[in-house]
Amino acid sequence: MKPESIKLISFGYFGRDFLAEIIHDVEREFSVPVKTQEGYLDLSEYFEPARKQYDGNKLLEEIGRRFASDKSKTLGILNVDLYIPILTFIFGQAYLNGRCGIASAYRLKNERYGLEADEKVFVDRLRKEVIHELGHTFGLIHCQNPVCVMRSSTYVEDIDQKNWSFCSKCRKKLDISFVAESL
Amino acid sequence: MAKKISILIVDDERSVRESLCSWFIEDGYRVVSAEDAKKALSLIESETFDIVLADIKMPGMDGLEMLKRIKTIRKEAIVIMMTAFATVDTAVQALKDGAFDYVTKPFDPDDLSHLIRNASRQISLMEENEVLRDKVVSLENVEDLIGESKAMQQVLLEIESVAQSSASVIITGESGTGKELVARAIHVNSPRKFFPLVSVHCGALSESLLESELFGHEKGAFTGAVYNRKGRFEMADNGTIFLDEIATISTKMQVELLRVLETKSFVRVGGNKEIKSDFRVICATNRDLKTMVDNGAFREDLFYRLNVVNIRVPPLRERTEDIPLLTEYFIKKYCSTMNRPVMSIEPAALSRLAEFPFPGNIRELENMIERAIVVGNGKKICLKDLPIEKNKSMPSFESLNELEKHHVLQILDKYNWNISVSAKALKIDRVTLYNKIKKYNLKQSN
Repeated sequence: MKPESIKLISFGYFGRDFLAEIIHDVEREFSVPVKTQEGYLDLSEYFEPARKQYDGNKLLEEIGRRFASDKSKTLGILNVDLYIPILTFIFGQAYLNGRCGIASAYRLKNERYGLEADEKVFVDRLRKEVIHELGHTFGLIHCQNPVCVMRSSTYVEDIDQKNWSFCSKCRKKLDISFVAESL
Repeated sequence: MAKKISILIVDDERSVRESLCSWFIEDGYRVVSAEDAKKALSLIESETFDIVLADIKMPGMDGLEMLKRIKTIRKEAIVIMMTAFATVDTAVQALKDGAFDYVTKPFDPDDLSHLIRNASRQISLMEENEVLRDKVVSLENVEDLIGESKAMQQVLLEIESVAQSSASVIITGESGTGKELVARAIHVNSPRKFFPLVSVHCGALSESLLESELFGHEKGAFTGAVYNRKGRFEMADNGTIFLDEIATISTKMQVELLRVLETKSFVRVGGNKEIKSDFRVICATNRDLKTMVDNGAFREDLFYRLNVVNIRVPPLRERTEDIPLLTEYFIKKYCSTMNRPVMSIEPAALSRLAEFPFPGNIRELENMIERAIVVGNGKKICLKDLPIEKNKSMPSFESLNELEKHHVLQILDKYNWNISVSAKALKIDRVTLYNKIKKYNLKQSN
């Protein structure tokens, strides 16, 4: 069944309401109403001192347990550096065809790479990451199309290379999944 | 269609198996995992895996011993060894025993991605060797390049013939004809498709920014450079770099670019270490580079280095027979994006489109269709939904003055008679535009 809504939940301090700037684009891509809210989690429980990073697997599991529901797709947006055991960092992750995902804004800022701060570029990257991870919750896998939002990105400049919309193939799969789910 | 690559993950740590499984499933691979060498070997005996990703340090049989046994079962198996305790000895031993590569946990996501792409390319090469090479090559993933006209079929033929090589390509054509789509089609049909297609819009960047973008920079290279950063040439290693609006680069950058193309090596801004990168270069421009060479505005040696193959993308007015197909494609695309039932188009509206000269080419047609869907009745696109008045379709002109008058009026109407914007679009100054308005007695219509 097509979800009733998409929930974008921010955890932690962001300094500005970035979600308000991307809400319409997310709504447009999925054609599902989008709601935003603030969530509260004690992030220190997920901090791994040896890596000075936050455990992405545990956070995904906890956000799924406490904030997700069957009626909507939920995406937790954090401002901390995420990792999973096998990788040095992740931009985000999601349950494929599941109820929720997470995305981190931490590594999306130009300042982290010795470049001049650019809020527009940052919001653009965040928009792409949010739509990408939500795409996974709708069952989409990585796409080979170099400009599709579902293209896998392993470093920040890679994100800049793609658009924030789905290619025709992924859009078709998304539409089919809506039809199949509603049958 | 290419078959799904299968990966077997062997690691005694559950969290590692689960993390890798979800990573590869999102990439579209078929993934199976095993917690020890014994289970892995029994799986390999019963089914075929393209890639085995195995931990070295495991209870019971270790990864190196398992590697030897896998090689006796299936010699061509691609096995990548991983460990948290890297030593040169174990790495050398693993490679001697036939491992494809060796990585240390935790991996950088980009390294893992690169490793699997390398392995996928190896598999693809092995498969190619198995099949007859003289079969007809058919283009894949070119569904965005719409057109059955002779001109477009010629472009597709050229893409097909050039895709398999690593030759430099210049794509020429007017603005909005789809030059970037052609570059993408070349890349996704080339042996480099497993690696990135990195685009650089040269016209959008200043000289210093372009230099840093292309070559990257070292920490401390300039104020604010607090981290090392990869440049686009480095990102395009094993893949393709697409330099859009190549005609806009400065003379200094032309020299730099020529040097990089000749040596395939460069130094990051503020660095001294030479970095090698194996990339293919595809450029695009809407200007006549040959004329720029003749005028001394573009280096001749760079031009010949880039212009190994030239693909000209025709303007829409040279392939008007494609307009109905393109219209249908954009209607489907935007109805789907806007979550609306697919609309039809009335014949009169379609023939009006077919008559229109489209100076902005396909991009203009696309924008027109998107607008028509937004303002339309939701069922059928009608004449009134199109921002073209009948007299705006291409009339036939005898004199140049008549043609100029028509074009200037069209641009003024397009930009709501904003003189500055219209003058910029026409590439003339405001005074000249005022003179032309006076000369042709042009007036704003209601």
